Amino acid sequence: MESLSALLSDYTFQTVALGSALLGVISGVLGSFAVLRKQSLLGDGVSHAALPGVVMAFLLTGSKNTEVLLLGALLTGLAATFLITRIVRNSRIRFDSALALVMSVFFGLGLVLLTYSQKVPNANQAGLKRFIYGQASTMLQRDVVLMAICGAVLLVITILFWKEFKLFSFDIEYAETIGFGTGKLNLLLSFLIVLAIIIGLETVGVVLMSAMLIAPAVAARQWSNRLWLMVLLAAIFGAASGVTGTLISSAVAGVPTGPVIVVCITAITVFSLLFAPGRGILHRIYTRMKSRARLASEGGSGL
Amino acid sequence: MQNEDYAVEVHDLTVAYGTKPVLWDIDLSIPAGRLAAVIGPNGAGKTTLIKAMVGLIKPLSGGVDFSDKEIKNGRLRNKVAYVPQSGSVDWDFPATVLDVVMMGRYGHLGWFKRPGSLDKAMALETLDSVGMREFASRQISQLSGGQQQRVFLARALIQQADIYLMDEPFKGVDAQTEKSIVLLLKQLKEQGKTVIVVHHDLQTVADYFDWVILINLRIVANGLVGDVFNEENLGIAYGNRGLLTKEVT
Repeated sequence: MESLSALLSDYTFQTVALGSALLGVISGVLGSFAVLRKQSLLGDGVSHAALPGVVMAFLLTGSKNTEVLLLGALLTGLAATFLITRIVRNSRIRFDSALALVMSVFFGLGLVLLTYSQKVPNANQAGLKRFIYGQASTMLQRDVVLMAICGAVLLVITILFWKEFKLFSFDIEYAETIGFGTGKLNLLLSFLIVLAIIIGLETVGVVLMSAMLIAPAVAARQWSNRLWLMVLLAAIFGAASGVTGTLISSAVAGVPTGPVIVVCITAITVFSLLFAPGRGILHRIYTRMKSRARLASEGGSGL
Repeated sequence: MQNEDYAVEVHDLTVAYGTKPVLWDIDLSIPAGRLAAVIGPNGAGKTTLIKAMVGLIKPLSGGVDFSDKEIKNGRLRNKVAYVPQSGSVDWDFPATVLDVVMMGRYGHLGWFKRPGSLDKAMALETLDSVGMREFASRQISQLSGGQQQRVFLARALIQQADIYLMDEPFKGVDAQTEKSIVLLLKQLKEQGKTVIVVHHDLQTVADYFDWVILINLRIVANGLVGDVFNEENLGIAYGNRGLLTKEVT
């Protein structure tokens, strides 16, 4: 108990836990819209596409400041999203194929640039690899401040456009016919989702970020039939796994924070898929068995 | 005919998906206050015509005019209500019946403004008119096909539009519901609204509608049911499926 309270009052722990909680909230909220729009995989595409941006930002500026690197990530992430949207709109290639294509090309470019950057006579590049797997434990207070600002902006915009995002996610064609420019809405929502992904890169990394985006939303959907409740629950689940993950990785030596956060949110998701009332697998099996029993007691045949 | 007041006018409309034309040089006018059926075989371009009319499809050439210039210049798109096929959305979306019907008010509210108690009262009233009031708080994933269709209808009704464009509102609907929907459509017509419906059942065209548009890639006929809904035109629209058309006329 004593060690736990010592841990909780530890400054580094507080910083990392706060950052991870913020990440959970942001990815839970925006991930809900990504999942409902059937664009869950966008997270995977964008996060992989962010790698060349990170390395390019470093090569061009020589700086390893999070803001600079994430700005680069944001730019290539947006470029990838733009490319995917364009390919889907102007060809017969479908979303999943376009995504796989763009994602692997961008990630490949990122790896090439990363290898190249290590040959550059500047010993400063060692920290770039942290963006692949994430390195929450090196999070600084200024990183958390950056996350908090971005998160606040994201949440305010989401609340402002709540009605529009809801309509747009449910029935995009109808939204267009009653005069909401769906092109603009798509651009805005995609931008918010990309920004949410970029914010999480430093903590959980390129490879695991898509789980942070999808898992809280999928878990939350199991427990809710209203959009606001789903978004709220996704935020709570995301935040809870952020804090729990940080706690576990701080308590157990040698356990990396980002992956543990992802394991936590996955555990919540698996639990929700199994046990949620109504939508959960167990509940469905139960109702099925009950119906069978009733059928049998009423003398039904065919069992 | 010339002096009749036209609600919608389609001129030189050609639409193609890839290299395949779906609508070819369509010219037609629909007078205001008519209850019109769009009929034609599968793949004739009925849905495409409706989508082009509500501006969801960019045509290769030509376009759609509304007599109301406010609609034409795009400022009052809300005056044209679109009822899509119910299969066009994912009904597993986390929303209630009331939520979806309220979306019909969003066009009036404009950007940012939230629906209020007045909108909610209107939504409940409209749900009542389609016989769905008791389902107001039901999760939309638990609706039958016919109920989904009526929810979409309510969403369009609450829009209080002048022109209604509906894509197969009778699909998956039982006989009783079909009757009540037809009654609603006739009420809209009596209020002076123009209603254009993609329809499949040739048997009921004469009972339900007073105007008919026969298409099959090109326009075959456009006019009063009594004038143009005959075996000759059906034969042209449906090709050599003579048996079917004989049964009807």
